[in-house]
Amino acid sequence: MNTSATAESIVASPETGFERPNYLNAEYGLRSWLLTRDHKRIAILYLISVSAFFALGGLFAMLIRLELLTPEGDLMQPDTYNRVFTMHGVIMVFFFLIPAIPAVLGNFLVPIMIGARDLAFPRLNLASWYIYTLGGLFVLWAMVNGGVDTGWTFYTPYSTSFSNTHVVATALGVFITGFSTIFTGLNFVVTIHRMRAPGMTWFRLPLFIWSHYATSLIILLGTPVIAITLLLVAAERVLHLGIFDPRLGGDPVLFQHLFWFYSHPAVYIMILPSMGVISELVAAFSRKRVFGYKVVAFASIAIAVLGFLVWGHHMFVTGQSIYAATVFSVISMLVAIPSAVKVFNWTATLYEGSVSLQTPMLYALGFIGLFTLGGLTGTMVATLGIDVHLHDTYFIVAHFHYVMVGGTIMGYLGGLHYWWPKMTGRLYPAFLSRLSALLVFVGFNLTFFPQFILGYLGMPRRYWSYPEEFQVFNVLSSAGASVLGVGFILPLCYFIWSMRYGKRSGDNPWGAVGLEWDTPSPPPTENFYTVPVVTHGPYEYNTQEVHARTSHPEARVG
Amino acid sequence: MASTAFDTHLEGPHGAHGGHHHPSLQHQFDSLEQQKESSTLGMWMFLVTEIMFFGALFTAYVIYRSLFHGVFATASHHLDVTLGAINTAVLIGSSLTMALSIRAAQLNRRKTIVLFLLLTILLGGTFLGIKSVEYGHKFHDHLVPGPHFAPEDPAIQAVADKAQVFFSLYFIMTGIHALHMIIGIGLLTWLAIASWRGRFDSTYYTPLECTGLYWHFVDIVWIFLFPLLYLIGAHAR
Amino acid sequence: MSHNPESTLKWYIAVFLFLMVMTGLTVAVAKMDLGAMNDVVMLVIAVAKALAVILIFMHVKDSTRVTALTVVGGFVWLGILIFFTLNDYLSRGDLLLNVPGK
Repeated sequence: MNTSATAESIVASPETGFERPNYLNAEYGLRSWLLTRDHKRIAILYLISVSAFFALGGLFAMLIRLELLTPEGDLMQPDTYNRVFTMHGVIMVFFFLIPAIPAVLGNFLVPIMIGARDLAFPRLNLASWYIYTLGGLFVLWAMVNGGVDTGWTFYTPYSTSFSNTHVVATALGVFITGFSTIFTGLNFVVTIHRMRAPGMTWFRLPLFIWSHYATSLIILLGTPVIAITLLLVAAERVLHLGIFDPRLGGDPVLFQHLFWFYSHPAVYIMILPSMGVISELVAAFSRKRVFGYKVVAFASIAIAVLGFLVWGHHMFVTGQSIYAATVFSVISMLVAIPSAVKVFNWTATLYEGSVSLQTPMLYALGFIGLFTLGGLTGTMVATLGIDVHLHDTYFIVAHFHYVMVGGTIMGYLGGLHYWWPKMTGRLYPAFLSRLSALLVFVGFNLTFFPQFILGYLGMPRRYWSYPEEFQVFNVLSSAGASVLGVGFILPLCYFIWSMRYGKRSGDNPWGAVGLEWDTPSPPPTENFYTVPVVTHGPYEYNTQEVHARTSHPEARVG
Repeated sequence: MASTAFDTHLEGPHGAHGGHHHPSLQHQFDSLEQQKESSTLGMWMFLVTEIMFFGALFTAYVIYRSLFHGVFATASHHLDVTLGAINTAVLIGSSLTMALSIRAAQLNRRKTIVLFLLLTILLGGTFLGIKSVEYGHKFHDHLVPGPHFAPEDPAIQAVADKAQVFFSLYFIMTGIHALHMIIGIGLLTWLAIASWRGRFDSTYYTPLECTGLYWHFVDIVWIFLFPLLYLIGAHAR
Repeated sequence: MSHNPESTLKWYIAVFLFLMVMTGLTVAVAKMDLGAMNDVVMLVIAVAKALAVILIFMHVKDSTRVTALTVVGGFVWLGILIFFTLNDYLSRGDLLLNVPGK
């Protein structure tokens, strides 16, 4: 395999502190960043935006948990509470969970992992970021002017005919941002099809790529539907062109069909990239190839396809026919299978692997456990009879936070910690990073496990007050949220700290195998000094060869 | 094996011959062939998103037509079949001229490219002109849904609520279609200017090809819109 | 049809004429009362026209497998949206019970 080891030895080694030309120092100045076409710089731009939105969404979460410390509604008006949870949902779903891994890690790594110089359409990539920012500005404007109170799901007829909040601005913001995602997905699909390096056949691709490919297919097929649906909501509000208006014979449930046709696959947009990260982490930190590579690859595609056939399970109690509900319920059971298969295969990868519990691996292990819980509770609520009782309770809230936070965010953090040296050439403090991982895990479970119990006991979601007997679980949940918050803030601090003061990582601090590790950290603008020629599959871990690659074999990296 | 450390002119199997690069070859691609194939695939991916975008509207149409079959037929009477048919012919003609402009590029006929692009723009503009006449009629007849919906036809008045759903779908679907036409005409104008300046020839005409795909797609949307909106009640006059 | 641009002219003209004739046909058939067959004929004609545009004008006939798969996939997915949504409405009983006014 072609490596840049020669390049590394020619130029001064990291210990001397000499900065080789790389994508970060290739050009300086704001213009060089804001007008960049380099996928790596665009990934960093996204990292900043996405982190800002995450912080904002987190602030709203904090307000929710503060209000719910006491049974009475005493922190804010009920109307305000509606706006708070809506903004939390809108920001977290559309401006964090959906873009985070694809736009940050995907943008950075997809070209490098397949041996290309950049994505197929670099200018479109930059446009994606600007479009994302524009959509974000619409939502921020709406937020500052009082927000929206419809819930992130914008159900009609409340959103079209009755809500007095900035529905149109928010809907337009989400509409615009949808195009950002579409362009990213489009870019990934074309890049993966057409720009693989010589020898990089489909079954030599890292599973990270397979996940992002499947994700991109979902993006292209699903996002346009929510785009037009939100446009219809705006049209109904502004122009009185009533499609969902019952007074005109319209059916509000049609809105739900169109909304969930996208929004269910959207959750697979959120989880598939994270699963791709986990595959990489599990392989790297077990020093072993992923068990059942082809099965895991096809499982990603299966999740993408089946994910489009289950949307009605969000509508069991809203007026769908029982027949349709049953069909959706049965297929929902099916879609759990490929996800479960992945969990089995990751576990089998760990078995008899040389496991090292570095920080990224802590997140990966956390993911495997928490995603399993989240996924299993998903099949519970996909069961019609159970869902009648659990729908719109805290059980649902707990379920989706287990998969979104315990799943997606753990994968995101694990990936950030794994590829941080690749992206920045720096290491972060090992102790602090492990502590954060622990805080996230503990804090997360403390926040959300009590919510399963609350939901089961009957506490509805989106309510700003609750009966006294639920308080103990709510207090536990809010306490957990504080711990979780600390767990999120710490990486923000030490990552920024590491940019200037972190120890230089060398090209491959983990001794991992993959095209991205065969190029310097941080990579040069063109990614590779010579086009790689691929001669074998991913995850070819051979212990002796790997030790030779590792630049700091003795160092405890993190 | 590895070349010198800072050789950033990458050589690959698809690589350029003797260091000569076509001026239109972007740096991330190894060859014009790869660039063209990638751009076309990219445009097709975008068209898939358009299929789903319009598709959701067609879905709403299918649902409401199933629920209000008779009302939709009655309401459809108020659309002008003749104008709709003329518009269909105009759009089909514009697809022909679009295809011919690409063919002209393949044959290195610069002026012919521009001619056919201008014809396409003209036909597209004609379509929009006829469309605005139709919209004008609807405004005049108070058939625009909303607070000013005031149909004179008693058959419509009887089912005014459900008829409004038909007209809402009519305006939204043809409106968004028209918006796509406007964007298309904008793209074609830019292409006409670029063609006049000799930007395209048989070695490179990818933007023409991609815009052509977009234009034909917009034509296909109308191929379905016309019968579904205009012809569903045509026999029951 | 080969990639030879010289030979494509007659194909384009042929498709153009086909589309025009089909348009005329669909208008003519719409004016006849064929009951449920009206919709069927109308859709068959529309699909035929779309296929002609896709295969010839959009060059899919001579394109890669990936392109063809993409086109098919897009329409299949739209089919999924329509079919599964219709699945709900058709099984609700409204249509079958013939509620007056609908």
